[in-house]
Amino acid sequence: MNKLLEDPIVLREVIMDHYEYPRNHSLVDDPKYKRIHMASESCIDDIHVQADIEDGIVKDVRFDGVACTISTASTSIMTQLVKGKSVEEARVILDNYFRMIDGQDYDEELLDEAVCMKNVGKQANRIKCATIGWNGLKQLLEEGEKQ
Amino acid sequence: MFDVSKIRQDFPMLLDESGRERELVYFDNSATSFKPREVIEAEMAYYTRFSANIHRGDYALSYEADQAYDSARQTLARFINADEREIVFTSGTTQGLNMAAYGLKSMLKEGDVILSTLAEHASNILPWFRLAEQTGAKVEFIPLDEQGRLTVENFKKALHERVRIVAVAQVTNVLGYLADIKTICALAHQAGAIVVVDGAQSVPHRKVDVRALDCDLLAFSGHKMCGPTGIGVLYGKYELLEKMEPMMLGGGANKRFNSHGDLILSRVPDRFEAGTVPIGQAVGLAKAAEYLQRIGFDAIEKQEQMLQKHLAEKLKAMDNIEFYNPESDSAICSFNVKGIFAQDAASYLSSRNIAVRSGNHCAKMLVEFLGTDATIRASMYFYNTLEEADRFAQALQGCTLENCIDIFL
Ligand SMILES: Cc1ncc(COP(=O)(O)O)c(C=O)c1O
Repeated sequence: MNKLLEDPIVLREVIMDHYEYPRNHSLVDDPKYKRIHMASESCIDDIHVQADIEDGIVKDVRFDGVACTISTASTSIMTQLVKGKSVEEARVILDNYFRMIDGQDYDEELLDEAVCMKNVGKQANRIKCATIGWNGLKQLLEEGEKQ
Repeated sequence: MFDVSKIRQDFPMLLDESGRERELVYFDNSATSFKPREVIEAEMAYYTRFSANIHRGDYALSYEADQAYDSARQTLARFINADEREIVFTSGTTQGLNMAAYGLKSMLKEGDVILSTLAEHASNILPWFRLAEQTGAKVEFIPLDEQGRLTVENFKKALHERVRIVAVAQVTNVLGYLADIKTICALAHQAGAIVVVDGAQSVPHRKVDVRALDCDLLAFSGHKMCGPTGIGVLYGKYELLEKMEPMMLGGGANKRFNSHGDLILSRVPDRFEAGTVPIGQAVGLAKAAEYLQRIGFDAIEKQEQMLQKHLAEKLKAMDNIEFYNPESDSAICSFNVKGIFAQDAASYLSSRNIAVRSGNHCAKMLVEFLGTDATIRASMYFYNTLEEADRFAQALQGCTLENCIDIFL
């Protein structure tokens, strides 16, 4: 893995950057996109995640809404990671991410910048912030599967 | 003499196992308060010494439980200057307000109006929305002034002859402003309306005298006033309670019934307490009421005002703070750290052993009014200290985006 991603200062920079300049932030009005609303009951995070999945490829993922640093940054990182991947690859990435948050073994290479969330579990009450966008995409992928 | 360091010794939550002060600043008292040892012991006594259901004394133990429950009701009646028949034990403010809305249904018809405000807690607005929907009545909002306060002036303007019910908090839970309930009641009564008061944030902090206020219904929670969870009070004027429909029916609420479905309800207030009542909690709540009275609301208010002034001055002096209620009537400070999401700031404070709440505090309509999605609320009680307020302000100085993120790394 990129050695830099072991340095807390760099990890902090990554989170700040994705919080202050979130990627793929803003929804589009296009029927190709599937959309899901994720609202946390216990906090104020309230986001929408959108995905354009065509021919087994995650062509685009976008999000918007009211959210804290952790949910904004984690979702922003996710959109970058999975964009252009096959649904299968995306699912493996998601799976590794949830394993990491859960404190289990995971593939650092696959998660790249998302490893900045590896210690979120230290603040157990914030795990849902780090997973809200990821759960949104997971549900969108599952829905796509069913059709 | 009020001595805060002595008072803190009464609260196990403020101490560690060896009896020394814990490394904790608890500023979330609007959500729930800590309980003094004597309240915990009083509740425990029910479980260890006179645990029985109340059946009007079939056996000695049951009689004892009976007595304790009745006596708790009397204590609560004295606490707010009501008659004991006017005290309905509930599970808390939320249940009390729902019972009020349910019970008043027959008094509303289409086109009637329920007056409320944008600063209400969800528990004092959602039951009224539903009641309006069920009866064809309308909920109208009394405009708040620019600070977010309910003023008598605006109340007068909003009041009209279709208004049947006024449902407002005596003290609001985000900004902590005190409404002039006495004048509001007088005006409402002249207009033929009844007044339902949400006392969740007022009763724990100041002397509330229902006769002096002349309010018709008042709901409050035990757990915010040093009492147990799972218990609260709905006060109602006796003649009004007589007219209200109980929300729940069952054991204890009926005098007799038969297979034809004929039913004679028990007397007020028993008819509002169907099912096994929370006996241990009632006993604990009565002890809490006595505890607060022993400390005295003059002393409590004085301490809280001092804390509010002190912390408000500190917050006003800080450039990185957006402060929403510097003129609060309660020891509640609602603010944001500029550029930092409320929940992130609260997590940072938590990493410094400071407990505050972030979010919309169940007052979703108010955050629209304030123009923010969420705030941080620091709410203090009489057992908090100036040193804690200082520690809190100091921690806020260090609340930068970098530091907020570092707690996750
Ligand atoms: C103003 C106000 N009303 C109602 C409630 C609801 O109280 P409870 O949750 O004890 O029923 C609260 C508590 O947060 C409150 O602050």
